Amino acid sequence: MNVLRQPLRLAFEAAQNALGRIFPDAWNPLLNLGALGFFFYWIVTVSGIYVYAFFDTGAAQAFGSVEAMTYEQWFHAGLMRSLHRYASDGLVVVMLLHLLREFALDRYRGARSFSWLTGVPVLVLVYVAGITGYWLVWDKLAQYVAIVTSEWLDKAGIFGQPIARNFLSPEHLSDRFFTLMVFMHIAVPLIALLILWVHLQRITKPRINPPRGLAVGTLVSLLALSLIWPATSQGPADLLEVPADIGLDWFYLPLYPLFETLPGPVTWGSSIALLVMFLAIPWLPPMRRPKSAHVDLANCNGCGRCFADCPYNAITMVARTDGRPFESEAQVGPSLCVACGICAGACPTSTPFRRASALVPGIDLPDLPLSVVRERLHEASAKLTGTPRIIVFGCGNGVPLSGLQSENVGVVQIACSGHLPPSFIDYVLSRDLAEGVVLTGCAENDCHNRFGIPWTEQRIEGRRDPYLRPRVPRERLRTLWAGPLGRHRLEALLEQFAGELARLPSHGEERARRRRELAEAGDV
Amino acid sequence: MSDLLRYAGQAVFYAVVVLGIGYFSQRPIYQHIPPDEAQILLSFSHGGQRKQACRRLSSAEIAKLPPNQRRPNTCARERLPIHVQLVLDDAVIFDRILEPTGLSGDGPAHAYEKFLVPAGRHKLIARLEDRGRADSFSYESELVVELRPRQNLPIDFKADKGGFIFYL
Repeated sequence: MNVLRQPLRLAFEAAQNALGRIFPDAWNPLLNLGALGFFFYWIVTVSGIYVYAFFDTGAAQAFGSVEAMTYEQWFHAGLMRSLHRYASDGLVVVMLLHLLREFALDRYRGARSFSWLTGVPVLVLVYVAGITGYWLVWDKLAQYVAIVTSEWLDKAGIFGQPIARNFLSPEHLSDRFFTLMVFMHIAVPLIALLILWVHLQRITKPRINPPRGLAVGTLVSLLALSLIWPATSQGPADLLEVPADIGLDWFYLPLYPLFETLPGPVTWGSSIALLVMFLAIPWLPPMRRPKSAHVDLANCNGCGRCFADCPYNAITMVARTDGRPFESEAQVGPSLCVACGICAGACPTSTPFRRASALVPGIDLPDLPLSVVRERLHEASAKLTGTPRIIVFGCGNGVPLSGLQSENVGVVQIACSGHLPPSFIDYVLSRDLAEGVVLTGCAENDCHNRFGIPWTEQRIEGRRDPYLRPRVPRERLRTLWAGPLGRHRLEALLEQFAGELARLPSHGEERARRRRELAEAGDV
Repeated sequence: MSDLLRYAGQAVFYAVVVLGIGYFSQRPIYQHIPPDEAQILLSFSHGGQRKQACRRLSSAEIAKLPPNQRRPNTCARERLPIHVQLVLDDAVIFDRILEPTGLSGDGPAHAYEKFLVPAGRHKLIARLEDRGRADSFSYESELVVELRPRQNLPIDFKADKGGFIFYL
């Protein structure tokens, strides 16, 4: 899986960086694939309801009513028909990219397998909805789709009379079958929406709306396409003529030529195998399930900061069980926890300044406890012989950190940028473990654990608990959100930062000056 | 990069994406069948005769049945297979024994077969035997037809309408 995933990840990263040059970070389409999917879904829904008002569901009347929309009422119903078609295609594109990207970023296993599993049926249902939609126009493409679909279903051998006989001749065509298709075309997307709701259940604050600028750009460009190149039908269906040259919608129907020509066992076998493979992907090797966060009740006062910051709804606040005089305590759902450590970063007890007792926060990661992070910090600092000394805190999903260590740069790996309590930055500078701190992670708006970057920025800016104390000199702190292709940016930043640190007053003098200033301001 | 260039870049991106969507939404054209061929589509759903004829029940047998199930005849459920043959220009292109469907073999036999043939004049003979005879056919229909390129010629079978039906 890693062999497949790594090149894909780098390809996505490169495309994302390229788009980042023309789009503001928040508008980057590749960072909004899920939200764009919802946006396309709503365009399809609204345009579909509009078109339905003008659509005649009879087998003999359907084609005529669609033609009337396209040519006589092109400026509203025809436009809506085109929007309906093109937004449906857009939905398939962003959905497949979303799936591929989550796979590339390794966000489909462990606790995240729930979202993967609930996403796969949505993919199938969107295809079913699209295919039944093409059926309704009852042009030559619809005839082809109806016949190939029903022949493929018949190859399963589970239906009594062949379904394809419904399309044997004009005499066999029934309005009832059309009514069934209309029903399916409406019901299937509704079922998909219900599953999408489930799909988002384990996500905190899901982004289901794209940023306004991206939404406007997408809608305007779809409208422009609909006006310049309106969707049209391909001549009325005629069951006494074989639809020969067909303009297939390759987003929805790329497998139809194969379904038509290959034997049933091959097409059914490969379809089922593909579906099973998609569903089984989260459990394919290499298996890796980090231990979920652990609550230490002796250090938990039930403040709820971990609950507020968890990106995966993995923490709930429950009634106190140890008799201590607090209302609640944090409880971790192991099946929901991805071990990002953001909860440990949010815990007010996660302070490395502790001397009297061991560094055991109220909530911590068993695989990478903060006491170990502090030990590694001391080790990294002790190895620094050059000046100015810089400590880099970085996660495993962002800029690659291997080989970055030098005589004046020490590296400490953390689970996620949000895993690092702000007090660690204060600790490095106030204990003179280094002259500067760099915090690096995934690309902007693309945190592997969703909220690691925004929560970290808000903590540093004093907008989210736990705050980075005002006494910490901000000129000695840098952040870089760059992703796996950002190594050269990190190296450039380190070089520039080292130069800036060298020009700053000595650490001791500066601390004394700041202490005086803060004492005057009342922050002691 | 200046704002103007960024906006221009966004416009180019949107244009490329929607043109890609517009193009692949209907192109490239797929040729379903060659332009000079026609299609014959044989499809029917027909039950063969019962394997055993119905038998009249004796008065004693009727008396043994529960009052609500008493009937004068009893019939075995199983049906005979159907023998179908399609001959095109004196060449047999389809010759098959179709078994009845259903767990008890009492359902109709189904056929759904397509044949691509060159457009032009053809003689078609369709035959069907549903009484279990090996040497003859109960139904036979013949058609001489000038098939247009890409014409679809469906052939159905309905015993109550006299046998094969050619839809022209």
